[in-house]
Amino acid sequence: MAAQAESWSWFAALAVGVSLLKCLFINAYHSTDFEVHRNWLAITHSLPVSRWYRENTSEWTLDYPPLFAWFEFGLSQAARHFDPNMLRVENLDYASPATVLFQRLSVVFTDLLFIYAVRECCRCVGVQKGSKEVLTRPSFVLAVLLLWNFGLLVVDHIHFQYNGFLFGFLLLSVAKHLQGQHLQGALLFAVLLHLKHIYLYVAPAYGIFLLRSYCFTRDHRDGAIRWSSFSPLRLLALGGIVTSVSALSLGPFIVTGQLPQLVSRLFPFRRGLCHAYWAPNVWALYNAADKLLAALGVRLKLLQEAELPRASMTGGLVQEVQHAVLPSVSPSVTLLCTLLSILPALASLWRRPRGGRAFLRCLLLCALASFLFGWHVHEKAVLLAVLPLSVLAVESREDAGIFLVLATTGHYSLFPLLFTPAELPIKVCLMLMFTIFSFTGLGALHRARGPLLRPLELVYLLGLLAVAIGCEFVFPLSPWRQRLPFLPLLVTSVYCAAGVCYSFLRLYASMLRSDHRAKQP
Amino acid sequence: MQTWSLVSISVLLAVVVRWGVSLNSYSGAGKPPMFGDYEAQRHWQEVTYNLPLQQWYFNTSDNDLNYWGLDYPPLTAYHSWLCAYVANIINPEWVELHRSRGYESPAHKLFMRTTVLVTDVLIYIPAVVFYCLYLTGGSAKKRVSLLLSILLYPGLILIDYGHFQYNGVSLGFALWGVLALGLGWDMSGSVAFCLALNYKQMELYHALPFFCYLLGKCARAGLLGRGFILLARIAVAVLVTFALCWLPFLPDPSQASQVVRRIFPVARGLFEDKVANTWCSLNTLIKIRSFLTADSQLYLSFALTLLAALPSSIRLLMKPTFWHFKLALVNSSLAFFLFSYQVHEKSILLAALPVCLLLNDFPFMSVWFLQASTFSMLPLFLKDGLLVPYAVTSVGYLFLTFYLLSALDDCSEAEMNLGCYSKLSFFLPKTYLACMMRWKFYFSIALMAVLSILSVVLDPPPHLPDLFPVLVSTTAFLHFLGAFLHFNIVQFSEPVSKKSQKKNN
Repeated sequence: MAAQAESWSWFAALAVGVSLLKCLFINAYHSTDFEVHRNWLAITHSLPVSRWYRENTSEWTLDYPPLFAWFEFGLSQAARHFDPNMLRVENLDYASPATVLFQRLSVVFTDLLFIYAVRECCRCVGVQKGSKEVLTRPSFVLAVLLLWNFGLLVVDHIHFQYNGFLFGFLLLSVAKHLQGQHLQGALLFAVLLHLKHIYLYVAPAYGIFLLRSYCFTRDHRDGAIRWSSFSPLRLLALGGIVTSVSALSLGPFIVTGQLPQLVSRLFPFRRGLCHAYWAPNVWALYNAADKLLAALGVRLKLLQEAELPRASMTGGLVQEVQHAVLPSVSPSVTLLCTLLSILPALASLWRRPRGGRAFLRCLLLCALASFLFGWHVHEKAVLLAVLPLSVLAVESREDAGIFLVLATTGHYSLFPLLFTPAELPIKVCLMLMFTIFSFTGLGALHRARGPLLRPLELVYLLGLLAVAIGCEFVFPLSPWRQRLPFLPLLVTSVYCAAGVCYSFLRLYASMLRSDHRAKQP
Repeated sequence: MQTWSLVSISVLLAVVVRWGVSLNSYSGAGKPPMFGDYEAQRHWQEVTYNLPLQQWYFNTSDNDLNYWGLDYPPLTAYHSWLCAYVANIINPEWVELHRSRGYESPAHKLFMRTTVLVTDVLIYIPAVVFYCLYLTGGSAKKRVSLLLSILLYPGLILIDYGHFQYNGVSLGFALWGVLALGLGWDMSGSVAFCLALNYKQMELYHALPFFCYLLGKCARAGLLGRGFILLARIAVAVLVTFALCWLPFLPDPSQASQVVRRIFPVARGLFEDKVANTWCSLNTLIKIRSFLTADSQLYLSFALTLLAALPSSIRLLMKPTFWHFKLALVNSSLAFFLFSYQVHEKSILLAALPVCLLLNDFPFMSVWFLQASTFSMLPLFLKDGLLVPYAVTSVGYLFLTFYLLSALDDCSEAEMNLGCYSKLSFFLPKTYLACMMRWKFYFSIALMAVLSILSVVLDPPPHLPDLFPVLVSTTAFLHFLGAFLHFNIVQFSEPVSKKSQKKNN
């Protein structure tokens, strides 16, 4: 017992260290999400449940599922003791020092769940033989990659959100599945879905995996499904869990007949194809291609400049993008693309389940596909792929290479989130810290099996450095600053989109290749 | 993992922590008419940029010395001028004569914080990195742990990035001096130390050990032969550095003497505010200032300071090794802090720097001292609104050092170098001594925590408005006195490493 406690002391040090570091950012810049969550605290605290999804004094209406509202309600009970004024709905943009302190600390403390989940994940990764050194243990590298994740630090503790807490549920659920405790994992995921519905994107992976590997208890020797082994009891248990969580969450709103109102709040399709700052996905490439073609058309006199729709990119902050040359994209098209792109992964998971790792890979592909093809995707959503991929990265060399490309590009695409000069040193240093660690840490882990990156990937990532220097330092001082204000955002998202798409393809390729290998005896 | 990546991660973490602290308030923020040290530094920029050099240290109609007059040596003035030059390019309002007084804006704060970070990255941090890589033993991991422990020392971070000062410059130069002496480059070391001295006169705290170490080394080489040549070269290096720093002031003797008068303000009294040194602590029992004249106070403090610093300096003169040098730096700076005239609470940083260098040799005692030194500046931090960063960095430092240096695990008698005590107290069992030290440490940490919480939470009783600052400074004083005695005793005993080496051989 003592030996085990001793061997985990590094984990406590990492966790305490990062928690204290988070506390240092209390006075840093926070985005409008700070006001969003303050408003939700006020709504849930001072209004009856029946008005939670109807209240619209602030423009930041409650648009997370009910369990998150209850979570805010719980927080508001503690918030009372810090500053009761933050709990009044009409106090818009209220940010007294006590409010800031409370909200920041609430993120730090709810991250405890994330820390626990990381620890559970670290227990799942294998111990490498002959690695007595703490720094080169897979569990240590994984703990750093997750606990000190650049994206989470920046998005949660500077930009302000509760992603750490939510990812805690996701990682804990993943860890439970890896440990074979499927019912607990399902319960955690059901709760997570009712905390934030963006995780619906990875629900297909959960559904297929649980149905295939949990409800069917045995396979044929070649891995094909044995239909006779279907266990209705297990399906019933799963169904019971999902229904009871949903009933708990949605029940009160169904009873009072507010479900349509709730759904309209949760799924606002009036927003545009791309978020204000383009997330580095396929649509960013599509938009860029459109601009390029339009410019080319004008140059070649094929198009009249006056006929083009008013260029809406000049501000870089507009919601709606009108395409000039290429056909415009509707929400249903994005949904179709997303579904089509995850279909092969789901099919592979169904045909040949290979335990928790394959499930995790499928979950990743779902997350990445929704990020690449989804409607109004936020660049923060890339974390949904980066964090689970960390688990795979410490175990296989190929995944480690993909992780490096995806994490570096994905994290860099978060840079525009923090645009205030005061936070520039923090974001640059944190990013460098994380990137240096992930390169050397994973490199040391997989040293025996050659370099992690192919030469071209390395060149691409070095190019990112040039983009960073250009966008953050050269551009603000250059004369283009006035004429082309959107240029850094465009370059950043297009350049990063290439990396994210590439990682997606490589992940897919590795999954299909292992499928292929499994077929051959 | 390679050393370079660990080192760069540590340095980046240190920068992040520094910048995280700098997001908080600074001394005198929004407190007219005098503001605080932040305004002092900005005012120096204004004065040096707009006035000719001859007027910098003189009271003129454009330079009111009663409003944060320049009272640091020339290098500080040149540095202010350089910062002002950049400031003027960015926004001339920041350094406009007279009209910029009390100027405060987020952009200006960002500029000022950046100047501190730039000097730190250029001077202090590289010195620490080189010191840890070249002058400490052990594995790469051990060195990086030490690097992190020195870089994240909260006292310096909170004063430079919270309160606002440029201690990193003078301490950085001093550290470059130590580094050069450790590597055997005596001339470069003396030059670096002269730069430190010409940036802040408080570096005099370290002057005796530097002088004694170099003199002792020359004497060992033979004062009539090679040693004399070495001494002459060092003397020339020192004189040339000083001459260059003071060049613009030298032509006119009245200029130079005015600068010296500004730098050593003897008229300001034995002590100000609540500082954790002997005079202030004694003041709670005996009101020295009421029955001693100003002159006799000056002589008394001078005599006592010299008396306190002398033993370790003489020991160093006799045995000019690097180990003794480091200890003498601690002892001399503590002697100055405890007994000299007009000490500021921030001056404890001058003692904290050499103690940081001892983290490798005496982890337990050094961590204890560093924690106490941060604690001693608590009233200052509270005044500046730095409670959160103070709490975070102190707690973090305690965890960090105990995890990285495993200070408590190693506090067996040999590690703590307590051999000397067992001679004094032969009637105590040896294990008992180590155990006692450990409990004393726990008690002291608890006491510091309780006092910190009380000063924040409780209002002092109306007839004792200074109750908590006095309690804090007295507690810290006892710690410093203990550390002073301890490190003196250690210096007079044999170094541990040599003993154990002999045993091994």
